[in-house]
Amino acid sequence: MNGTAGGRIITITSGKGGVGKTTASANIGVALARRGLRVAVVDGDIGLRNLDVVMGLENRVVYNILHVVRGAVDAERALIRDKRVAGLSLLAADQHSDKDDVSPEEMIEVCEALRNHVDYVIIDSPAGIEQGFRNAVAPADEVVLVTTPEVSAVRDADRVIGLVEAAGKPSPRLVLNRIKPELVARGDMMTTEDVLDILRVSILGVVPEDGSIVAATNRGEPVALVDGSRAGQAFHNIAARIAGEDVPLLPITVEDTGLLGRISSLFRAGPAADGGRS
Amino acid sequence: MSFLQRLFGGSRSPAASGEVARDRLKLVLEYDRAKLTPAQLDQIRDDIIEAISRHVTLGNGQVEVKLEAGGRLVAEIPLGRAASDKQ
Ligand SMILES: Nc1ncnc2c1ncn2[C@@H]1O[C@H](COP(=O)(O)OP(=O)(O)O)[C@@H](O)[C@H]1O
Ligand SMILES: [Mg+2]
Repeated sequence: MNGTAGGRIITITSGKGGVGKTTASANIGVALARRGLRVAVVDGDIGLRNLDVVMGLENRVVYNILHVVRGAVDAERALIRDKRVAGLSLLAADQHSDKDDVSPEEMIEVCEALRNHVDYVIIDSPAGIEQGFRNAVAPADEVVLVTTPEVSAVRDADRVIGLVEAAGKPSPRLVLNRIKPELVARGDMMTTEDVLDILRVSILGVVPEDGSIVAATNRGEPVALVDGSRAGQAFHNIAARIAGEDVPLLPITVEDTGLLGRISSLFRAGPAADGGRS
Repeated sequence: MSFLQRLFGGSRSPAASGEVARDRLKLVLEYDRAKLTPAQLDQIRDDIIEAISRHVTLGNGQVEVKLEAGGRLVAEIPLGRAASDKQ
């Protein structure tokens, strides 16, 4: 649906920090590439780079985005190819510079150059609504908004929806991350429906809280590469929806919450979850 | 809340905290979206009282200014009997 030829540029953002943007960027990148698509994941958190570590590519970074902006190397040559997943590559951020060292125009230029070589450019946005956010959103054809189902995170997400629309971009689609089924089941966490009703956006996916994300991140191995991980499955579904497939939302079921959760899940289906508009 | 959870004491307070979160969030977002604070709303109420009093006599009830869903500011202003009827 992008007007320009080449791949689609998708920015992963949030209002509040720490809600899972980098995790989502890495895993959506992996999952799209697993579908046979060519993906360049761009670390837009310039000055606080961490996408390389989450993806386990930190030892292979030679060039970063600042080299590209300064003309030292072509965008495509600065990409680090992920040897585990064909078609997946990373453009790292510079750890020593400041986000103000790159302008929105330069960010657009870099991403426009990349889109000629891939099907998707995925930009991991920094937290906040300052320059780094504007840089990350400027090149986007589409924005994906990540939030957790908490009051503060959803409030900040609402602010970001306004800013994204003010930037002339389509209304973002939502990834609701770190849903805890056992809390939803006993009414102690807002439901997917609550959050969608409040934010009035469409849902791209729901990702459960998953302890294996910690282990996966420790190893530099995105969960989408780990078989049997629920969060990984959620990211594969998100990638399928991005690619235009109509995949139902994962049911949010109580799994490993001890006897009570297990018994009660025998008696009824899990509460509504990874379902809804798309 | 399933039967079993009730049975095993899974439920406690009448309003589960998820609902409380949802209601607080709805309210705070009404103010955020209108770029207003509760304190500003109080100020607006005082200004309305002042403006209206210049034209008509206010009644005894409370002047209420509320922010409603969808970004509507609603004022309820109890009027007294018109000044001309008073004498
Ligand atoms: N679904 C999840 N389940 C468990 N942990 C998660 C999940 N999503 C993110 N995390 C953890 O939360 C922390 C913040 O995630 P990160 O992706 O770095 O957020 P951001 O980029 O928005 O700051 C990380 O430690 C990450 O491993
Ligand atoms: Mg991050």
